[in-house]
Amino acid sequence: MSIETGGYGALVIVIVMALVTLATRWGGVFVMSFVPISYRVQQFISAMSGSVLVALLAPLALNGDNGARLALLATGLTMLMVKKPLLAITLGLVTAAVYRYLFP
Amino acid sequence: MSDINSNLHELNRSNIWAGFVQLVPLSIFVIIFGLAFGLAATQTGLDAWSTIAMSTFVFAGASQFAAMELWGQEISLLPLAITVFAINARHLLMGATLYPWLRHLPPSKRYGVMLVITDANWAMSLQKFSRGEPAMGLLFGGGLTLWSFWVLGTWLGIYFGNAIQDPVSLGLDMVMGCFLLAMLVGGKKDTRVFAIWCVAAIASLLAYWFLPANSHVVVGALAGGILGAIWMESEK
Repeated sequence: MSIETGGYGALVIVIVMALVTLATRWGGVFVMSFVPISYRVQQFISAMSGSVLVALLAPLALNGDNGARLALLATGLTMLMVKKPLLAITLGLVTAAVYRYLFP
Repeated sequence: MSDINSNLHELNRSNIWAGFVQLVPLSIFVIIFGLAFGLAATQTGLDAWSTIAMSTFVFAGASQFAAMELWGQEISLLPLAITVFAINARHLLMGATLYPWLRHLPPSKRYGVMLVITDANWAMSLQKFSRGEPAMGLLFGGGLTLWSFWVLGTWLGIYFGNAIQDPVSLGLDMVMGCFLLAMLVGGKKDTRVFAIWCVAAIASLLAYWFLPANSHVVVGALAGGILGAIWMESEK
């Protein structure tokens, strides 16, 4: 089912996102009050929450311009070295901006 | 259960306020991330009210950025809902890990506290609870801090976003990608996690090329999740 993003469409999307997120906030506690969540399910959930980010990023890295790729590279390397998200993101943006200025 | 233990989950005005104040320094960063989101949403073409509403009612940064990534003239609700669910599924684990303390609260308070659960207040209060210290005020009050600064930052970002003429030349189109990548790399990393990421990347690219639009996120998330369920970490 597709929905237009103009007008009330955006509001419907916000409501759907809010309800889904609320379900994740309440779901864990709710389920635990009946049965403990098994170890395998925990492993599935934590693997899935990282994988979804990878799945979003892979086409972005593949289809983006070189500025976009270098931005991701800069952010990734900074995170690996110093683990400071804000710095990593800033360096990513600066890299993209500088590259695009030099090679428009 | 002894008296000391029952004090752990006490929730009152003073400890909520203390929790609120404790997370204010950290929330300066939340403002900046909120600002980035407001900026990204404005560039994507969301109107100000929808953007504010999203930050207020969804209050989950990575999934909001992901929604911007999937945004277009039209958006298919099911892939979007599944993507949001997959990114926010970690909340399920947060709720589950806090359950031993939350179960002492009456259901209304229990679910009320969980309205504002997010990474920072969860990690900090779980640490305190595990040391045997009371942390319910930190969990709820701290959550309120993070939530209010997130909305405030979003609002600032909308105003800045409207002022910037050529966001792409400033690299601002990369805010979403870099944010999501930073969240990813900031997590745990070992051979198993790396294998899961590879499977997720390959599956999502295959789906991107051969399956309907936007299914790649769901396919990648499931592929990675299934590998994670088969190749489990050894239990501590």
